[in-house]
Amino acid sequence: MTEIQSESIPKLSCRHVWKLYGPDADNYLKNHDQLSQNGGDSKALAQRIREKGGIVASADVSFDVMQGEIFVIMGLSGSGKSTIVRCLSRLVEPTGGEVLLDGEDLLKASKDELIDIRRHKMGMVFQSFGLMPHLNVLENVAFPLKLQGLEKKERLERAQRVIELVGLEGRESSFPSQLSGGQQQRVGIARSLAVEPEVWFLDEPFSALDPLIRRQMQDEFLRLQQELHKSIVFITHDFLEALRIADRMAIMKDGEVVQIGRPVDLILNPVDDYVREFTNDVPWELVLTAGDVCNSKRPPKGIKEVEGKTNVASLLPYLANHDKGVAVRAEDGSLGHLTSREVILALASGVADSSAVKD
Amino acid sequence: MTDAEKRSRVVWWVVTLVVAGCVIFSNQLGPLAKFPEALVLPLTDPMNTGMRWFVDTFGWFFKAIAWLIDWPILLAKTVLHEIPWSAALLLVTYTAWRAGGMGLAVFSAISIIYMASFGYWSQSINSFALVVISIPLAVIIGFALGTWGFISDRAYRIIMPMLDLLQTIPAFAYLLPILLLFGFGTTVGLVASVLYAFPPMVRNTIVGLRGVSAEIIESGLMSGATPWQLFWSVRVPTARRQILLGVNQATMASLSMVIIASIIGGTNDIGWEVLSMMRKAQFGESLLAGIVIALMAMTLDRITWGFAMRSQTVGTADNEPGWRGWIICLIAALTVTVLGQWIGFLSEWPDSWVLNPAPSMNAALEWVFVEYRTFLEAMKTAAFFFVMLPIKVGFSQAISPFTWGFAMTPTVVAIYIGLVLSGAAFLAWQERAGLANALVIAALVLYSGLTGTPWIAIVVIFAALSWQAGGPKLAMWTAAGLAFLLLTGIWEPSLLSIYLCGVGVLLAFTIGSAIGIWASESDKVSAVVRPVIDTLQTMPLFVILIPFVMIFKIGEFTALLAIITYAIVPAIRYTEHGLRNLPETVIEAATAIGTTPSQRLLQVKLPLAVPTIMLGLNQTIMFGISMLVITALVGTNDLGQQIYIGLGDGDFGVGMIAGIGMAIIAMISDRITQNFSGNFQKRLGIKLDDTL
Repeated sequence: MTEIQSESIPKLSCRHVWKLYGPDADNYLKNHDQLSQNGGDSKALAQRIREKGGIVASADVSFDVMQGEIFVIMGLSGSGKSTIVRCLSRLVEPTGGEVLLDGEDLLKASKDELIDIRRHKMGMVFQSFGLMPHLNVLENVAFPLKLQGLEKKERLERAQRVIELVGLEGRESSFPSQLSGGQQQRVGIARSLAVEPEVWFLDEPFSALDPLIRRQMQDEFLRLQQELHKSIVFITHDFLEALRIADRMAIMKDGEVVQIGRPVDLILNPVDDYVREFTNDVPWELVLTAGDVCNSKRPPKGIKEVEGKTNVASLLPYLANHDKGVAVRAEDGSLGHLTSREVILALASGVADSSAVKD
Repeated sequence: MTDAEKRSRVVWWVVTLVVAGCVIFSNQLGPLAKFPEALVLPLTDPMNTGMRWFVDTFGWFFKAIAWLIDWPILLAKTVLHEIPWSAALLLVTYTAWRAGGMGLAVFSAISIIYMASFGYWSQSINSFALVVISIPLAVIIGFALGTWGFISDRAYRIIMPMLDLLQTIPAFAYLLPILLLFGFGTTVGLVASVLYAFPPMVRNTIVGLRGVSAEIIESGLMSGATPWQLFWSVRVPTARRQILLGVNQATMASLSMVIIASIIGGTNDIGWEVLSMMRKAQFGESLLAGIVIALMAMTLDRITWGFAMRSQTVGTADNEPGWRGWIICLIAALTVTVLGQWIGFLSEWPDSWVLNPAPSMNAALEWVFVEYRTFLEAMKTAAFFFVMLPIKVGFSQAISPFTWGFAMTPTVVAIYIGLVLSGAAFLAWQERAGLANALVIAALVLYSGLTGTPWIAIVVIFAALSWQAGGPKLAMWTAAGLAFLLLTGIWEPSLLSIYLCGVGVLLAFTIGSAIGIWASESDKVSAVVRPVIDTLQTMPLFVILIPFVMIFKIGEFTALLAIITYAIVPAIRYTEHGLRNLPETVIEAATAIGTTPSQRLLQVKLPLAVPTIMLGLNQTIMFGISMLVITALVGTNDLGQQIYIGLGDGDFGVGMIAGIGMAIIAMISDRITQNFSGNFQKRLGIKLDDTL
């Protein structure tokens, strides 16, 4: 995972974005602007719109994506996550709000400007790949470059480079129908990268794949990102997938953002039962770091010291045999103390039911 | 029992009573039995006057168009006639090879050699020239309209009913106004064929463009496509297969219309050859020429189909000869053309090579006819007296000592009534009240015959059927349509059409679905049946008539056989398709429960396949009607004949009213069967495509 540059300006910023459907969709938000400025209750407004027969696909969604960050939007089907990622690229026209790309409002861009932005700054990967069935792999990857009017020689060269990047050398002249799902999605990824986009949208890119392939593709994706440092919005309905790849993530429900934060924040401090439901099945020791669970007491002298971001799971064998535990050095240099008791306490906080032991 | 079921039961009891009353008291009903002449609207004369005025006023415009499109036809004919058979053989064979591989190439080569060696080359070329001009026109018009209908919802709502109308109007009725507007000549064939061929192109274009998945469009947009690029580089190529299927269907429609248009004559084309030989009772020649049409149709169909299918399974791009192959082929064709200047047989098929088996075929036919006369006659008579006549004029008229061996005495009538009533009582006791009603109504209509049943009874039956299928609105439309038949004075010929087509469809559907069921259970049967029905379907309607005319001469029986032969195609196809494409899990569940194969078929598969089979019935009726129109050529006396007469006399009013009448019958039966299928689909929670 890449470092978060918290001070810089967000690369992409989604502010109070609404998407409504229904006969009266444009009118519902007429008196809304000042409401959102005042931090008005968007939940109540969404409810009122629903009662009037409108369909709320996304309600007052706001988040920032930093340069080089992987921002994951997680939600079940119908939660509005696909709508919001399409609002970001204006494949779906938002009913209200702002989408800022490098500080410029995308919603104010003209049609031509929008085409230009899509050609040079955005790439998108689709769940069922969205490949052109009549083009072979090389032509598919070169397709966006062709639309830009690039010369054949240059676009094929560039396409070839991206194909090698995603590990598809040798399949250039195959057609999508001749490829496996995993290979097709590699083509989809290569195509979206061919224009060297700054912002990269991935809409459930691995959901249509087998679990084993999915795992492999996630690793591949993280490897690519380490090389490329794109600013990424990644949509998924799989909480574990989100945990694996997210720098930060948002959980959506009924078109609204329920919680935004680092995966570990969501696990340790879920805002409500809905978020807690997801975190229940997560093997916590895989997510928690020593810094997350240690207490702030001064550790006794003479015990071993570990770094704060060390994974708890990797400490378990040591802690099982050493009652005194380890000292934990946080990034700011301060020290904490971690014993097996702290680990058990942290793990226990996620278990609501204590009835297994009778009095 | 729900309210709706109760209501429907009451309605059908009322219908049964009304029909019974009508049949029993038909002599007392007067104007309710036989529609009074005085009420018939004199429409034909004003229509003719109107048309004459229109032709007088705007005729110059259409004449100008005719003059204009005569040039490309002339050009095409000249060019095509210049191509020697040897060069044509090369070009067509190579094209066929590119479209469908070795098998198709051999087939096409044989077809070309057949055309040359039996001496029908120049007639074939004349017909082909029309097709060559009409296809691009139909494709361009169809694609443009389809695109418009895709882009604009309003256009879609205008275009679709227009297409429905164009496709239900019988083929001959097309020709009439075109003939009047454009005057005699090849133009009529061309215009009719374009008008007939572009609707399938429109439909396929719309279906294709709509079928492109949202993700592909989105990925095109995200690649930065402008609207123009999105359409031409993303949508159209992705829909290419469907659009090419449209080209395939347009080609077939165009060819069949060119052939039909040749009944007007005067163009020395292959259709006219078939028809004139048939009229001279030279069936050998007629059949030989008919086979040319069939070969032409099959070659064109397989080649265009091959290109459509190939567009989907690209992937052999590396080892394809590409444009180079076409150029080499063209050079080769040019070479043989030039060589033909010195080597005679390359340019002109030598007379000594021409085969003419027609006289011996005629002789053989004559022999068969003499030898098996009694058998053939017996078959014809039996069908006529025991099936066709009773339905047409009823048992009351058809049964006589001469034919059935006994007279329709009161005792016989009493036995008939007794049998029917006990049958109905048994069905009612089995809780099948609907079937009991149907039995009684059928028995009543059979007793007095379709033509002898009072019109009011027939209107009531059809309105009730429509009400059952599609509610009050459809019933109203049906009543209005039947009123048109009554008011324009074409009730009698309409009933004859319904009778002839009805018998044909009934038999075709019964036999066809039986074969379909058999084919669905046995791969071997399916492998035999499929090529046969595929071939029948591509055959121009004309050609199907020939063998039956040869053996049974002209008359209703010949017409009936031709209708059955053609209408059986969808009956087989849909039944097999419906039974073979059921959800796997249901079949597995039924097997796991322990059903025997016959239980599985009767209690699981057939009930589930009912909607598809109903659609098959719908198509069977449509096929039957389109054949019915053509059978006017062999002397029926129904609406089709009226259209044919109108065409022959240039009588716009008569021909057009009969044409509209036929279209109304087609539309009523279409809507009723569609709605029944739709109701079944709703009940089973499925959604089927209309066409296979």
